[in-house]
This record gives sequence, C-alpha cells and structure tokens, in this order.
Amino acid sequence: MKDQPPINKPESDTPEPALTPLGTVSEPPIRSREGDIIHTAPEFAIGEGDVRSADTGVLEPLAGTSLWKDAWRRLLKNKLAVFGMIVLAIIVVASVLGPYIIEWRTGFSYDTVPPQMELNKAMPPFRDVNGNFSGLHPMGTDILGRDILARVLMGGQISLLVGIIATFVSLIIGIAFGATAGYLGGRVDNLMMRIVDVLYSLPYMMIVIVLLAFFGGNSRFMQYLQSIGISQQKGQLFLLFIALGAVSWLTMARIVRGQVMSLKNQEFVLAARATGVSTTRIIFRHLVPNTLGPVIVYATLTIPQVMLQEAFLSFLGLGVQAPLASWGSLASEGIQNIAIFPWQLIFPGVTMALTLFSLNFLGDGLRDALDPQMRKV
Amino acid sequence: MLRFIVRRLLITIPMVLIIVTLTWGLIRLAPGNFYTGEKRIPPAIVKNIREKYGLDKPWYVQYGKMMGRLLKGDFGDSLTYPGQSVNQILWRALPVSATLGLLAYLLALLVGLTAGTLAALKQNSKLDYASMALAMLGISVPNFVLGPLLVLLFSLTLYWLPPARWGGFPSWNLVMPVLTLSALYMAYIARLTRAGMLEILRADYVRTARAKGLTERQVIFRHVMRGGLLPVISFSGPALAYIITGTVVVEQIFALPGLGNYFINANFSRDEPLIIGIVAFLSILILVFNLLVDIAYALIDPRIRY
Repeated sequence: MKDQPPINKPESDTPEPALTPLGTVSEPPIRSREGDIIHTAPEFAIGEGDVRSADTGVLEPLAGTSLWKDAWRRLLKNKLAVFGMIVLAIIVVASVLGPYIIEWRTGFSYDTVPPQMELNKAMPPFRDVNGNFSGLHPMGTDILGRDILARVLMGGQISLLVGIIATFVSLIIGIAFGATAGYLGGRVDNLMMRIVDVLYSLPYMMIVIVLLAFFGGNSRFMQYLQSIGISQQKGQLFLLFIALGAVSWLTMARIVRGQVMSLKNQEFVLAARATGVSTTRIIFRHLVPNTLGPVIVYATLTIPQVMLQEAFLSFLGLGVQAPLASWGSLASEGIQNIAIFPWQLIFPGVTMALTLFSLNFLGDGLRDALDPQMRKV
Repeated sequence: MLRFIVRRLLITIPMVLIIVTLTWGLIRLAPGNFYTGEKRIPPAIVKNIREKYGLDKPWYVQYGKMMGRLLKGDFGDSLTYPGQSVNQILWRALPVSATLGLLAYLLALLVGLTAGTLAALKQNSKLDYASMALAMLGISVPNFVLGPLLVLLFSLTLYWLPPARWGGFPSWNLVMPVLTLSALYMAYIARLTRAGMLEILRADYVRTARAKGLTERQVIFRHVMRGGLLPVISFSGPALAYIITGTVVVEQIFALPGLGNYFINANFSRDEPLIIGIVAFLSILILVFNLLVDIAYALIDPRIRY
C-alpha cells in the first residue's frame, strides 16, 4: 500500500496539486491540443471505479498508520471523548497545582487559615465577611473558615491518587492472574477462573468495610504502624490502595485471559517457544503487551469505579481520614450542614460527578477507538 | 437442571463458611478488642468479660463454637444492643432494607427497560441521545451526592417531602431514598438493554422473523426482547450486591434503621456477632439470588443447558 500514489477525488477542484507520499508535488494534468486530459502515468494506474477514490473527501497520503495512531485519530473524532479528555486534563492540573497556587496567593491552604482571618464563619461563594462580593473564595468557606476551593482541589489530588494507584494494583493482579490462567489453560485455567467466579459473587464491599473499620482509622493497627514510623495518613492510604485494588481485578483478569487465549496459538508464540523462551517470559514479554488495548480501555473505566468506592468508604468515615480530605469525605462533611451551607456539599459533589462523567466518556471513546468491533453499534 | 440446582446449593454452604471465616479472621487479626476503649477497665472485669464471651479459650475453640451456632441458624447476642439477639435485630432491620432495595430495583427495571428499548428502536434519534446522556449522568453522580441534592430540592426548598426517617411501607418518606438508590441501576439497565437490543436487532433470526411476515410488534416482543434482555438478567446478580452496598449509604443519608445502618454501627463499635450475622445473612441472600438468576437465564435462553 505504501508505494501507491495518492488518489485524487474525481470531482474535487482543489487548486493545489496533491502531495505524493514522498512529498513532491505531482504534475498537473497535461492537456493535449484538443483539450482532452492526457493522464499522467500514476493516474492511469487507478481505474475510475476504484472504491477508494469514491469516498475519500480528504487527500490523505496513504502512509502506513500504526494501530495507536489510527485509534488516536478515531478518538479525536469522538466529541464526547475529547470533551472528557479536556475536562479531565483541567481537573488534574488544577488538583495538582491549585492548592499551592491558592496558598501562595491567599494564604489559605486546604487545612489552614491565615492568622488574621476571622474563624468560625462559613461564607457563601464569592462573598466576604460582610456579605459583599469578593473573589477570594470562589467556592466559599466551611464552618472553620477554610477555603473550599483549596479543599476540593486537595481532595481531588487524593481521590485521583487513590483511583489511579488502586486501579494500577488491580491491573497488576488482574493481568498476572488472567494471563497465567489463559496461557496455561486446562485444569489450572478452570480452577483459577472458578476462583474468580466465586469472588464475583461475594459481598466484597462488606469485607472491605470490615477491613477498614478494624485496621484503618484510629485502630490499634494504625497505632502500631505509627510506632514503627509509618504515619497514619500514609498507612490509611496504603490500606485503601490494597483493599480497593484487591477487589477490582476480577473483570480485568477475565478480559486478559480471553485475549491471551486468542493469542497463544499464534505463530509468534510458537516461535518464542521454539527458541527456548521460558513460560513466564512468554506470558509477560510476548503475550501481555499484545493485550494492552483492551487493558487500557478497561483500566480507564476502572478508575471511576474505584474512585466511587473510595468516596463511598470516605463518606462512611472509613476511608481518607482528616486532616486529609477526599471528595467523599468532603461530601460527608457537607451533608451535615446541608440546610445552612449547601455549597459545602455541592462543590465537591459536582466536581466529582464531572470527573467521573469525563472518565466514563473517555473510557467509552477509547473502547470505540481501539476496538471498533466492540463498539456499541 | 435439578442436578445443577442441587450442586449449586451444595457449593453455597462452603462459600458462606469461607466468607464468615474471612470476616471472623479479619476481626480477630485486628489488634484490640471490643472492650478496649478509651476508659480503663479494671483487670477483674476484663477477666469476667473474657470468660462470659469465651475469649479466654483458644481461638479454634471460639471459632468452632461460633460455627456450630451459625449452622443452627443462631447468630448469638449483640454486644452493643443490650438484651437483643442478632436474629432479632436482623428481623427488625430486614423489612426496611428489603423494601428499599426491592422498590429501587423494580423502579430501575421499569425505567431502565423502557428507556433502553426505546433508545435502541430509535437509534441515533434525539430520544436515544437524551436517554443515553441521562444514563451517563446516572452512572457518574454518586448516590451520596444525589441523595442530599434531592433533600435540598424537595425538602429544604420546596417542602414537598420529608427529609429523613422511616415511615412504614407506603409513605412519602420512601420516595427520595428509593430514587437515590435506583438511579445507578436505572442507568446501567438502560445502557445494557440498549446495547443488547441493538445487537439482537441485527441478528439473523430477527431478519428471519421479519421475513416470515410477523408484525413489527411480534418481532420486538417475542424475538428481540427475549434475546436483548439476557444482559439485563445476568446483571441482576451483581446488581443485588451493589444494591446492598448502596443501601448502606442511603440508609445513612436518610437515617433509616436498615441492615446497612446496623452494619456500619456494628463495625464502629466492634460488635462481632452482629457483623458476622449480617455478613452471613447477606451472603446467603446473594448466593441464593445468583442461583435464581442462573435458572432464569436457562429458562429464557434455550441455548443454555445445565
């Protein structure tokens, strides 16, 4: 395909001549004395009825495109996915940089208030102490006078962190489990997948709740961790990563297993085996990289789920502990004063919903782009 | 079929035992105990407590005793609700959670199926886009945000509905909790129905059904619906687990005395018999329900044989 000349759409009247793959400008058609077009050699090669010339509106050099480039182009065509990407980028950048910028400009951090401020007064969005317009707190303040924007952005940092790392944990477990089961096949596969089936039907969130209630928060276990030099905040986050990662890998394992099963009888695996590559190496160097497409798609869709679960736990008071905040714990603070200070709930809640919305759109778009056959018609 | 049901029921028992063991092990592995609070208790009283609850015995004796009790269907006495057995608490809390969950699921089915079917039949229409955008919203807005927002709107601004508390079965108190709980499943079911129906609408046997002269109504209700509903049915197994998790939050928001509320409180007060009782009870519920789903699946899809 690479050495095919460019195809000019018959009815296109673009003034500038087409670019060939080599980048040289092709000659304009040569006219005979009678006015007939004498076709230059490349155009002769393609018949009038050539299907490709019928529907391509744009002049595209038929350079070889990789799967990723192709998928990227398809993704950019999906307006909702692009919207998701942009919103997500804004939220990520704002969460990472925002709290520091706010502290630098106003002196408010997510957990402290500048010394001269009047405390114990929750201010509505864009209002100062006297009720006049002020740009100092676009999202208002909470009952302790803390800036809600800074808290929402800091909460975003934690929520996104938990979402990404717990998804990563689930990715590692899921890929290792699924790829091993799929490649080994037979009785091992049967047993491993039965385990997944069993785990699927467990009320695992209840066990996660028990785990966090008895090991997280202010439990003896956390006190023990503190005594060996791990701060409670770190310990709690670590517990969340593990607990949420450990319950989110099941679908990933199934997807990877299916992919590996369809790949393992192909020639490149046979070639690897023939040259004496070990089983572990075949699984992780030859098979797993080829399952990356569906894995990325599913990981994108796992992040919002994990974030929801984290928020659910934090909302119940079992997840992220004060003074750290996540969107879930901010919402649970907000709900207590909802009648008087509704903005304390609305801002973290809407930010979180927007993030999940974007992630879901992006995930759907990625799925359509990377695997057009899986597209929901 | 009968063999399949019996075999599955037999698997259910060890699975419940595994779940209970896991929960029990987690609770026991955690350092500390239910009587170790802020207040110092004199050692003599600690000794008495340990004797009363059998904590002075080795762990395998305690485990055996608990399992023995459990197999007889006796979950023991609650540690935090004086004079009440776990069984009593379960029977008192169950109607609240069951009403909530059942109504939410029925509402989700009703709205989700209708919206999904209409969206699939009129693919790429405005209706399709609108319902799918709403469904995406339903998936993305967490229930603990939706619930309070509903309260803010209907109770604190419009004064239409009571903001919280349990008011028996047909009562206005149920409207917002049920809506909050069902939004997510509504959205899921609508998406699943649409995807399933779209796939079936292109299937060969649907073309055959049209070709042999069935009316469009017959094609849709007899052939398309039957195949298109399979994903929805297989989703109802996980849906129950999700709904149980969801009731935990919804019962907290609306202060309803259901299983989820008791479960959270039991966790904070380290009420071991109550935690294990609720976990065991809900596991049995989920496992039996999954079995029913599989049976329904086989009845609807003639390709599946057990």
